[in-house]
Amino acid sequence: MRVPVAWLRSYCDPGLSASQIADVLTMSGIKVERLHRVGVGDPAAFVVGRVLEAERHPNADRLSVCRVDDGGEQPRTIVCGAPNVAGGQMVAVARPGAVMPDGTHLGEPKLRGVRSSGMILAEDELGVGEDHTGILVLEDDGLAPGTPLAEALPIADEVIEIEITPNRPDAMGVYGVARDVHAVTGTPLVEDPTAPDPEPAGADRAEEHAHVEIADPEICLRFTARVFEDVKVGPSPAWLKQRLMAAGQRPISNVVDITNYVMLISAQPLHAFDLDQVRGSRIVVRRAHEGEALTTLDGVERRLSSEVALVCDAEGPSGIAGVMGGQVSEVSAKTTRVLMEAATWVGPNIMRTSRGLGLRTEASARFEKGLHPELAMAGQRLATRLMIDLCGARLVPGTLDAYPKPVGRRRVGLRLGRIGALVGEAVPEDEVHTVLERLGFEVAHGGTGQLEAVVPPSRDGDVQREADLIEEVARIHGLDRLPATLPARRRAVGRMGPAQRLRRRLEDALRDRGASEVVAYSFTSPSALERLGVDPAEALAIRNPLSEEGSVMRPLLLPGLLEALGHNAAHGRPGLALFESAHVYAAVTGDEEGDGSDPVRAAEEAPAGARPARESHHLAALLTEAVPPTWRAQARVADFYAAKGLVEALLVIAGIEWRIEPGARPFLHPGRAATVRGAADGRELGWIGELHPLVERAWEVPPAAAFELDADAIAELAPARGHDGYRDLTSFPAVVQDVAVVVDEDLSAARVEAAVRAGAGELLRSIRIFDLYRGEQLGAGRKSLALRLEFRAPDRTLTDAEVAERRSEIEGALAEIGGGLRA
Amino acid sequence: MAEPSAKRRLEELGSEAEAAVVAAGAVSELEDVRVRYLGRRAELTATLRSIRDLPAEERGAVGKAANAVRMRLEEMIAARGAALEAAELEHRLEQDRLDVTLPGDPPFSTGHLHLVSAIRRELEDVFVGLGFAVLEGPEVEYEYYNFTALNHPPSHPARLPQDTFYLSDRVLLRTHTSPMQVRAMEAGEPPIYVVVPGRVYRPDTPDATHVPMFHQLEGLAIDEDITLADLRGVLLEFARAVFGASREVRLRPGYFPFTEPSVEVDVSCFVCDGTGAAGSERCPTCKGEAWIEILGAGMVDPNVLGYVADSGYDPERVQGFAFGMGIERIAMLKYGIPDLRMLWENDVRLLEQFGA
Repeated sequence: MRVPVAWLRSYCDPGLSASQIADVLTMSGIKVERLHRVGVGDPAAFVVGRVLEAERHPNADRLSVCRVDDGGEQPRTIVCGAPNVAGGQMVAVARPGAVMPDGTHLGEPKLRGVRSSGMILAEDELGVGEDHTGILVLEDDGLAPGTPLAEALPIADEVIEIEITPNRPDAMGVYGVARDVHAVTGTPLVEDPTAPDPEPAGADRAEEHAHVEIADPEICLRFTARVFEDVKVGPSPAWLKQRLMAAGQRPISNVVDITNYVMLISAQPLHAFDLDQVRGSRIVVRRAHEGEALTTLDGVERRLSSEVALVCDAEGPSGIAGVMGGQVSEVSAKTTRVLMEAATWVGPNIMRTSRGLGLRTEASARFEKGLHPELAMAGQRLATRLMIDLCGARLVPGTLDAYPKPVGRRRVGLRLGRIGALVGEAVPEDEVHTVLERLGFEVAHGGTGQLEAVVPPSRDGDVQREADLIEEVARIHGLDRLPATLPARRRAVGRMGPAQRLRRRLEDALRDRGASEVVAYSFTSPSALERLGVDPAEALAIRNPLSEEGSVMRPLLLPGLLEALGHNAAHGRPGLALFESAHVYAAVTGDEEGDGSDPVRAAEEAPAGARPARESHHLAALLTEAVPPTWRAQARVADFYAAKGLVEALLVIAGIEWRIEPGARPFLHPGRAATVRGAADGRELGWIGELHPLVERAWEVPPAAAFELDADAIAELAPARGHDGYRDLTSFPAVVQDVAVVVDEDLSAARVEAAVRAGAGELLRSIRIFDLYRGEQLGAGRKSLALRLEFRAPDRTLTDAEVAERRSEIEGALAEIGGGLRA
Repeated sequence: MAEPSAKRRLEELGSEAEAAVVAAGAVSELEDVRVRYLGRRAELTATLRSIRDLPAEERGAVGKAANAVRMRLEEMIAARGAALEAAELEHRLEQDRLDVTLPGDPPFSTGHLHLVSAIRRELEDVFVGLGFAVLEGPEVEYEYYNFTALNHPPSHPARLPQDTFYLSDRVLLRTHTSPMQVRAMEAGEPPIYVVVPGRVYRPDTPDATHVPMFHQLEGLAIDEDITLADLRGVLLEFARAVFGASREVRLRPGYFPFTEPSVEVDVSCFVCDGTGAAGSERCPTCKGEAWIEILGAGMVDPNVLGYVADSGYDPERVQGFAFGMGIERIAMLKYGIPDLRMLWENDVRLLEQFGA
């Protein structure tokens, strides 16, 4: 909202600069977005002048050459193109050098051979109106030529643009903003302009002219209307036009301008009907019929839903309640009888309508925040005075007032001790009283250490409880005056949990092994899952996605990594190692009490800690390069074993026992895919593999290896740190034995290792495969694995005989799987 | 007479061997010389061995002469050997000379944490130091936790599908990390001091300052006597840890449904040091305002505590503060990231600038 500073000062002028006022507002809860200057540059170049004579230009029919007294020693010669210029007029004059509102500098041009030493101005050229049909003629009420124009017209102003939070509809009126300035600075605030109610005239009654009815009290809390006769529709005076324009509104006609002006002061929107165009002289408030149509004032035909509140006459809708009027009973130049509406609509209903229609107006922006029904009458009172003063109207006695459930004023108690207890600094009792009274509350003592405040209607939505009153006191007292202290923090300690610490450790391990972390969207497209051979129907779907691209929650991290790989490969960076650490999402399964119809667990009103979906934290990586090329070594492309090496490192860090077995995934090379399981319970921890060539093609990415691990599951299996005690590995030496095992080609290394372990017994401390050999001397279909075995006893040095015995046991175990030791 | 001829022979042998030692040009040749003249089958060795066969009167003279020859030879061989070894080492070292200007082996390559992760960790560490535990929670969330229990009335516009992603009637993608306030309080009695980092979602069409997924860090402290001044103190420590030791924080009144009083928190601009000026121009970071809006906060609304009163949160007995900050906003401010969309593009040219 735009608040013209001169207008604001007319209610409360603390003698501060505009930017100081802006600071006052920002620090008391009305955030200032910007400070603008509007109107002319230096006002000193603009003066009142008298046209001494106006003669036709010798070389141009449409121009006049005027001699103008602007208070200087000699009259000025000014060439003027306006048709209405005439001798004797008091006019607005810009002297050469003036800066116009649009920023142009006025020179002394020759116009058709005559030098023009200044300019006689039209309304729009001064920024005080939109009229450009002729020059602005000032009223000759004793102004002397040479008087600064700023004394006659508001030609320069500053405007504070503020951001209004939803709880402050009162700040959507200039007077409400002035009240905050008053509350902070203590500068007197003029009487509320909506307070006085002018006397009506005549012996007739409003009820004889029109009738109003609320057919649906759920959409309208109050509907008031006043009837005006003898209305003279015309342009508004310059001061009113200037205020509206400075506030960002176009002046239209005096009647329409009055409705806008009252709204800009009090936040209560009004609507003026041409009463002669209100069919049946009846207003009925009802909901729209589904699909009902209405052409609004902006000329757009709109189809309405049954939620929309309508203002109707006897024959049909004449406006969308609280949002925008219709064309049928619009005020025109011919209007003489006006029905002035000031109603109170239901905020949430107006918000839904406004959002549904994509039509946010000055009125809807105020109604949607919720206005108190008393404000409707405040608006009527101020509008009445202006209708009488500016339109010469007669107020017909009586107000039509449909008000089904009158709302009283709210009373809220405040324990003074609670202020200091909550904000950390006590505020003296007399200051509390002063602040609340300046904010418009009526304050009474409510017992020892307590008070009771009657809430002004403009603040009713925001101030309903003790905490709300404390906020009022605190924001005016000055939040920035509070000390900075630290909580006492009894019993509470700061720490990260074991799972969080482990996850950091695993992420660091990947980072320190050359992988870079990416963050990808948690949602993906069904087609991305299809390209992985994953059924998108299994994934959680978003009902209102921004696009198909992000319409399902990803059940695995791989798609985001593939997109990142694709992006970087396309930008000339093929050799990559990327990882992500984030949630994946799945439906609750049958035994987790999903109701079966919905992919997410149905919620009771209070879910009591339940979670609607299955979420787990995954850690996944995608690699195209294991070792970068240097001048003395070739690059090594990342393959299955590169990915497996990282997985093994992570599992060692986590300190858990695992096993890796063949395990196909639709998106992995079927012969180069494995499942990672916890050794103890066989729980699945993730997968490792090389991308399926078809996936590489579908995603347009280079060959890559990947893995994805369930970090939550790993954290559950991980033993507490420092769980194992010290073991003596130094007092007695180990015996290292290398053995070469020849087996059939299709016997897995894991089977060989298991057989060796079985034979080696408890003395075996470690086993490591360090060579794989295939050759003619082994025979077709055979391979040789070289293993380095380390034997150790905790209590003695092993003898050669003991180790030889183990070796022969190993031989026996290998024989059972068709293998043997090579000499 | 045997004696003169034996002595002469020893002298000849000595001269011959000395010439051979001098002639040896390599350690291996010298070894050959040693074996030839001092080895087990060498003539000198045989002479020494046969001394006992000589007549007694000759033994002394011949033995003395033979030992003298042997000792002299051994000394010469040792000296010659040392000289040859030194020469050979020198030669080998010369042969091993490298072009030291070729690039060294790259250190084992290290990757990078994502900027958002790096900042998240930094924030977690700051708040752990201030006595807060770190909690995480579900991103697929009930409307109840995301809105209802956070005092959003049923008509609150944030609930509309224009502002929230829905998965079903009452299940959504959390729009803030605040639902964990309620979950945390349900799960444990006061006092409670937690921060909650995590992903949040809003259906904003992506542009430079909006993305439909971003990260927040929520804070919650509930105890018997937590005040707004405590909030200020905690956030002052946070601001100084993250933005520099000379930062100040400023509280302004604000509005959030789940706090009362609500505040907006500004930190003095760390680019212009709170002056608002960059030379003669306005500071581009704070736009001349000297303060930068950094987060929203407030005292937990009594209505929110009312939802968890059964877990020991009687609004008449306990009170506290909550705050929520955008991690990306800190990234944009602190590192000058010009466009939020870049953060999820995962271009390594950006990723590699941070989080090493």
